Amino acid sequence: MSVPTADHTLDEILNLAALHFKVPREKLTPDDDFFKTLGIDSLQALDLLTRLEHHFRIELPDYELQGVSDFRTLANRIQARL
Amino acid sequence: MSDFKGQTLSWQIVNGAIELALHRDPCNEIGSLTLDELEKFAAALPELANGAHALIVHSTLKAGFSAGADLRELFQRGQEMEKGAALRGVREFLERIHSVMNALDAAPLTTIAAVHGVTFGGGFELALVCDIIIADRMARFCFPELRLGLIPGFGGIPRLKRDLGNAVVRDLLLTGRSFNVMKAQQIGLVSQIAAEGEALRVARATASQVGKFDRRTVAAAKAFMKPIPYEELKREIDIFCDLYSRPAVEEGLRRFVENEGVQPYLP
Repeated sequence: MSVPTADHTLDEILNLAALHFKVPREKLTPDDDFFKTLGIDSLQALDLLTRLEHHFRIELPDYELQGVSDFRTLANRIQARL
Repeated sequence: MSDFKGQTLSWQIVNGAIELALHRDPCNEIGSLTLDELEKFAAALPELANGAHALIVHSTLKAGFSAGADLRELFQRGQEMEKGAALRGVREFLERIHSVMNALDAAPLTTIAAVHGVTFGGGFELALVCDIIIADRMARFCFPELRLGLIPGFGGIPRLKRDLGNAVVRDLLLTGRSFNVMKAQQIGLVSQIAAEGEALRVARATASQVGKFDRRTVAAAKAFMKPIPYEELKREIDIFCDLYSRPAVEEGLRRFVENEGVQPYLP
């Protein structure tokens, strides 16, 4: 199975976040602060992390998210586990 | 008391299973009030167990099973009281919660934790005293205590060591990371994974199954295969109290309590 590209991974994250947190997809951009754009707190961020782990079939320790608040960097973290 | 409706939890018997429902907003943080009501439950349990074949512990709150100890209360008590009195208060709390946990651990009927969402710290420890953990796919587990300069204080380390390999226990405790239900099942912690929102339904089906077996046999089998590590549990209280008295812990608790940002549950 081939590994998806980083752009593809980023796109999937944005789609999943928009769907789950009921935010219009066109309002999300890669460099957005996802806490602010999605209006979420840390408990909801963990919820998002769980959904992303299931979607990409990876394990992503939450300390990897330290200092991460934009979708692009999040995508890089996930890409590194694919 | 076959049913009870409290401020933090309630119980009732449904189809032969005791259902203990946690419902203290925002996420079943375990403080003094919850402890009081858990003690009521532990006192009622022997009689309840006579008329039931299983116990299911679950949460009715969307956020999750339980976020663990009430850190705000722990911090406030530390600020309001003289250090010696605060430490004595912490030890007393731990001894009381251990007594409850031990009673649940030793219950003479099959116990099932039906978990979802955040299952952290003391909440994770509450799930660990149960014989079987059933988790929905959004459950997330964590022992974050090292982030605060503490160790789990409600019996988590001795029970984790009882159930899992030591390498896994070291990974979870020393990194303080949260992990999902796939990992939890892979390491042998979670017995069944349910769809989102379905953990209680699956737990009820499991309770119905275990209810087919002779109660005395179940009690004897449990007592034989599930030793309670009493000495280690007492030692955990001593280590916790020793760590609690350090300034780093007060600072860690203050950072958590005063965090106005969005990330208190992230490492």
